[in-house]
Amino acid sequence: LKPHIVQSSEPKIILKKKKVFRIQHVKEQALGYLLLLPALLVITFVALIPIAQTFWISLHKLNIKFATDKSFIGLQNYAELFQDHRFWSSLSNTLIFTFVTVFFELIIGIGFALVMNRTFRGRGLVRAAILVPWSIPTVVSALMWRFMYNDQLGIVNDILYRLGFIDSYMTWLGKPFTAMVAVIVADIWKTAPFMALLLLAGLQTIHSSLYEAAKIDGANSWQIFWRVTLPLLKPTILVAVLFRTLDAFRVFDLVYVLTGGGPANSTEMISMYAYKTLTGHLDFGYGSTISMVIFVVVITICVIFIKLLGTNVQRS
Amino acid sequence: MYSALKQKRGDMSMIRKKFLNDLIFYLITAGFVLFCLFPFIWQILTALKPPEQLFKMPPDWFPSRLYLNNFIDVMQTQSFFAYIRNSFIVASLSTIVCLLFGSLAAYALSRLRIKGKSIFLLMVLAVAIFPQVSIVSPLFLFFRDLNWLNTYQSLIVPYVTFNLPLTIWILTSFFNEIPKELDEAAKIDGCSSLQVMRKVIFPLALPGMFTASILIFIASWNEFLFSLIFTYDENTRTVPVGIALFPGLHSVPWDTIAAASVIVTLPLIIIVLLFQKRVISGLTSGSVKG
Repeated sequence: LKPHIVQSSEPKIILKKKKVFRIQHVKEQALGYLLLLPALLVITFVALIPIAQTFWISLHKLNIKFATDKSFIGLQNYAELFQDHRFWSSLSNTLIFTFVTVFFELIIGIGFALVMNRTFRGRGLVRAAILVPWSIPTVVSALMWRFMYNDQLGIVNDILYRLGFIDSYMTWLGKPFTAMVAVIVADIWKTAPFMALLLLAGLQTIHSSLYEAAKIDGANSWQIFWRVTLPLLKPTILVAVLFRTLDAFRVFDLVYVLTGGGPANSTEMISMYAYKTLTGHLDFGYGSTISMVIFVVVITICVIFIKLLGTNVQRS
Repeated sequence: MYSALKQKRGDMSMIRKKFLNDLIFYLITAGFVLFCLFPFIWQILTALKPPEQLFKMPPDWFPSRLYLNNFIDVMQTQSFFAYIRNSFIVASLSTIVCLLFGSLAAYALSRLRIKGKSIFLLMVLAVAIFPQVSIVSPLFLFFRDLNWLNTYQSLIVPYVTFNLPLTIWILTSFFNEIPKELDEAAKIDGCSSLQVMRKVIFPLALPGMFTASILIFIASWNEFLFSLIFTYDENTRTVPVGIALFPGLHSVPWDTIAAASVIVTLPLIIIVLLFQKRVISGLTSGSVKG
């Protein structure tokens, strides 16, 4: 080849390269969408479309006992819901349960994460023990606690009686207040260790030089905790609390097995009420209405937390 | 002389203080470990108790003799085996499908330049916070129309969906840690994107896939609500629902329940303990990195 031909063809090659690059880019995009497609389809058809359908059903009078009876009634179900005493009490039960459990889980979690945040013999064993409550199916743990709370055979009565906290055996699951306490304690048992684990992982990302610097500046342990540890741990705490709050608000298995919502609906959570309406009365219209409210509350909780997290990230 | 004595005394008080600190530390830790383990230990003790001891008031703490009949009774129950078989099939298939869909999506998110990534991630996040009970009614009607009620797929489909967010999350972060130079080297050697994914990324991310699969399996094994609503007999019902419906009409067979729950839970605990580092890293990766 003669040199001048090579020179003249050079820009063409660059052009070609650009084209090839663009084609590659388009190909990459296509491949990307293809790979995302299965996940996308599943999420769309099993989660996103159904939630829209739930809303649509909630605008109808639909009891599947009578298959043909499906009539559009607008927001009438919602109007009825706002008058429904049982709805409000199940909602307030759920909020109380959520608030109290997450509060205690956080306190216990932080406390134990701080205790564990050092190297010591048997640390692996302790971590293993912490994972046990988490790995037990909720239904099984609910049955375990139900037996422990048993008024005659239960170990809870035995221990408290021997320690002198109670004068006679109590029917823990038989009275509204103690039943709620029983549900809350069982939930704390199941999830506080897990919370400790999450927070411990967060603690371990804090560099020890920060503690040393604070010590040199003359801070005592209390001050170090409030001024160094807690602010740096805040993002982890917020994320952990968000996921726990959502989980607690959706509580179902535990209550279903432990109390069944009783006595006298005093521990009935909102997801239980939705479940009973759907499967017990087969009233899908009204049941979907309750389900929609649960969804809206969950979204609201998320928005609040994301706002909190967002301002936190901006500041740091 | 005096100062040496003083220093010695100072050392002693330091040692005493350290000893006291350690003592408090180990007491708190032991208390916490006991709190975590006690209910399950109690369940094991209950399962081992002979009938005459079970209904004693106040309860005996330890079994008076070795009594294994509760376990034998459960093992001889036909339905119990059916529940375990169903759970095993449903959880395994859910894990496989979820891992497949999740790793394809995670590869695209980690390695390919595509528009609309953030919208996809938002959708995934939305599923992560979804209350399951909110979509039960349309899914029930849908499965009824498909004649899918009381089938394995009526459980596998929602389990795959609800485990996808965590799977995609874990796998994407694993893929991101694999250096991009490896991809480029493979591409120079003539590999296409798909080949890079199959031959470079997936093998290197096996630990991540393993972590994800443990978590998906456990979550599917333990799921309750969908199984309670979509299945109604031994042919498809899973372990949690089976055990939850154990309590009979008149009396609760606590001893058999205890034995059954020990049998169902022990394998899970063993898996979790064997792979505890993986489980913990998988569970905490999401929340700590935020």
